Amino acid sequence: MPESMLLAAAVGVAAGALAVGLVIFLRRIVLASKELGTDAEQATYQTLHLASRAAEHLRGGLEGPDAQRAGRHLRALLGCDSLALADRTGAIAIDGDDAVRPAAERLVAEALASGRPAVQRRIPVGAWETDAVAAPVVGGAGTVGAIVAFASPVRAGLVRATGEVADWVAAQVELGELDASRAALAEAEVKALRAQISPHFIYNSLNAIASFINTDPQKARDLVLEFADFTRYSFRRHGDFTTVAEELRSIDGYLKLERARFGDRLKVTLQIAPEVLSTVVPFLSIQPLVENAVRHGLESKEGGGRITIEASDSGAYAEITVEDDGVGIDPAQLAAVLAGGPADGEHVGLRNVDARLRQVYGDEHGLVVETNLGAGTLVRMRVPKAGPRRDGRIAP
Amino acid sequence: MNPAIGYVSIAAVALVSALIGFYGLRVSRTTSDFYVASRTVRPWWNASAIGGEYLSAASFLGIAGLILLTGASALWFPIGYTAGYLMLLLFVAAPLRRSGAYTIPDFTEARLESRWARRVTSLLVIVVGWFYIVPQLQGAALTVRITTGLPAWAGSVAVAVIVAVVVAAGGMRAITFVQAFQFWLKLTALALPVVVLLLAVGGGTAAAPALDAALAPAVAFPTAAGPADLDVYRTVSLMVALLFGTLGLPHVLVRFYTNPDGVAARRTTVIVLVLLSVFYLFPTAFGLLGRVFAPDLAAPGSADALILLLPDRLVPGPLGDLLTALVIAGAFGAFLSTSSGLVVSLAGVISQDLLGGRVRGFRIAAIVSTAVPLAVALVTESTGLAGSVGLVFAFTASTLCPMLILGIWWRGLTARGAIAGMLTGAVLSAAAILAGAPLGAAVPALRPFLEQPAAWTVPLAVVVTVFVSRADRRGIPRGVDGYLTRLHVPERR
Repeated sequence: MPESMLLAAAVGVAAGALAVGLVIFLRRIVLASKELGTDAEQATYQTLHLASRAAEHLRGGLEGPDAQRAGRHLRALLGCDSLALADRTGAIAIDGDDAVRPAAERLVAEALASGRPAVQRRIPVGAWETDAVAAPVVGGAGTVGAIVAFASPVRAGLVRATGEVADWVAAQVELGELDASRAALAEAEVKALRAQISPHFIYNSLNAIASFINTDPQKARDLVLEFADFTRYSFRRHGDFTTVAEELRSIDGYLKLERARFGDRLKVTLQIAPEVLSTVVPFLSIQPLVENAVRHGLESKEGGGRITIEASDSGAYAEITVEDDGVGIDPAQLAAVLAGGPADGEHVGLRNVDARLRQVYGDEHGLVVETNLGAGTLVRMRVPKAGPRRDGRIAP
Repeated sequence: MNPAIGYVSIAAVALVSALIGFYGLRVSRTTSDFYVASRTVRPWWNASAIGGEYLSAASFLGIAGLILLTGASALWFPIGYTAGYLMLLLFVAAPLRRSGAYTIPDFTEARLESRWARRVTSLLVIVVGWFYIVPQLQGAALTVRITTGLPAWAGSVAVAVIVAVVVAAGGMRAITFVQAFQFWLKLTALALPVVVLLLAVGGGTAAAPALDAALAPAVAFPTAAGPADLDVYRTVSLMVALLFGTLGLPHVLVRFYTNPDGVAARRTTVIVLVLLSVFYLFPTAFGLLGRVFAPDLAAPGSADALILLLPDRLVPGPLGDLLTALVIAGAFGAFLSTSSGLVVSLAGVISQDLLGGRVRGFRIAAIVSTAVPLAVALVTESTGLAGSVGLVFAFTASTLCPMLILGIWWRGLTARGAIAGMLTGAVLSAAAILAGAPLGAAVPALRPFLEQPAAWTVPLAVVVTVFVSRADRRGIPRGVDGYLTRLHVPERR
């Protein structure tokens, strides 16, 4: 029955084509209706619309394939025959007739050198002639490129418009640079925020190890190896992200070292759903929470206490909590520290993790802390299992 | 049949499932040993969990019923249900795991860098999930009606309420070990009765009326229902649907996230293939026994009840009661585990995309994702569980599968292409499925193409995706090379 199969396919295709046609037809009716305003209003709308479409592609600078895409909208905006967009090195992208390239290259070089707009008439292009207006794109840091509009003839209106468009392009490129430097700043911030091992911890660990060297050399040796492993993980340079499983391993090393000091006074309960072990989290984002619990929750509490680390599955999110039954934190002081106030070394670990989580996942994914004086502390983080969305960088 | 058996086993399974969903993991995984806590899930466990979640009412009840109804052509269903994992193994398992995406919409957004592609994918995932839950609820309705005599809707409502309450209250997440246990429960609940029934029939100890009523082999297995008389188009189309449909099932794909890396994902898939191959022996055996001993059940509404009724007919008395109770428990376990797995992943998608990812949003989403299929299940009549699940597979194969495979293996895929392809597949296959019955009655020549649409909708969806992507070369996402590298380069060990 192949003919009936063809028939079925044909019916399907025809139905699809009909639907598409209907949508286009309705769209045209809506666009043509007077509901959208007077001619002047529509012209304003058209201009702004084209400008915003072009702006999308100008943010990445005037280099690369984006210039070509921006050129298409700019040509429609200026209403010229062909448009050339050049970056500061003189490499040009042409939208329209590619035969104008030699002329465009010459005009761009002149505009880049002089930094001034220029009009040239009767440029021979193949068998015919055209006029052109060239305008440099001048940003804060000097000339960053040039625009050449080809039309026959070039009228005063086009010359003026080309100059304005060049200025506007310069503003967009600068905004793009601002975006880029903002992203670079954010990245640098994340790098700077990468939790460092606290000097106290190094000092305390080495002291604890020293106390075992004579009495229990084997234990001292184990602790030194543990210390080496922990520092290697903390000092590693590649990747801003890690998995929950790796982070747990580093917490294990950290707690072994702390136990050398605390002895049996430090108890740990773990409740880890195996499904979240491979969830990607920012590097050293759970360990500082544990360190905070030990240093600020249990150290000053008589008789030590218990730390509960829980990682649970919550739909598309992984929820990780670190809880201690220590002395707790004054909520007002904690709020001040998290808000960026003076910290005196107290709870900087929490602030650091909070800032990085917000940086990577957005403000709604910061730390949630439940605490009061004498009531222990519970710190909760909730991260999407699919990894960071902002920049898509996920460590191997 | 004694209704008490039905009540007891259904209540027991429901209670145990709910309790495990709430408390099971809390008790078992609390430890102070970091080595124990950070042990990842072994491929064997994960594969059992996938099996537990995957084997639904269609596999447990539907296949035997379909063999009873149509004979050898129904054997393609277990083949397709299993072989889908071969496709998963070859094309999707390891790259998808390496992508780090949790759900299919996550993958789409990361691969195509488009919010719209994500929205369309989410919508399709939700539709697929809803219509996959419907047969589970219909299976529950059937089971309750046959075994307890209560009205059919009671079964659907009971399963929906249990699943919605448990999931919305925060249970049934991260339940690899529970679902793994479910697989072995389902396997036992089918294998044990089959062995006992075969022994009884072979040894002649089966109930005399049943043995007397048995059909002669030539009547029970006529050549017309044998493999010789094969409708090529229907078979090919069914296989396309089942092979590629498995690739897009949301509750199966999220399980792969539990694997620590791509290698483990592949190993898990191989084990799933083995486990499913073993499992499907038993519904098949049930179906063949049914053709001999229960030909009176061979009607569209009642064939699916074969597995529930056969033990009692062949081995009456306490042993038969015990086997019946076991089968009912297995069937109910299948409805509950598949539906709760689906509801958890649907609620995840809905809450993440529409409700901002809050815990409260997850609860609302869980209730919505059970209520909609319940409404559909209550107003529609099941004509065969295996068949309706097959249609869901056809829909999945024409929508999510082309996007997924092309996204992993073709760098030229663009967001516009993917959206166009998914919508084409969705519109065509949905039209074929919904308008199939009236249109097929009017034009008999079209019937096979409307009843088994996958063979033409899947290629059309692929063609549309490819053409639109080619026409939209500028739309190729910037990060595509880096992303594909991550998908295909093996992890450092």
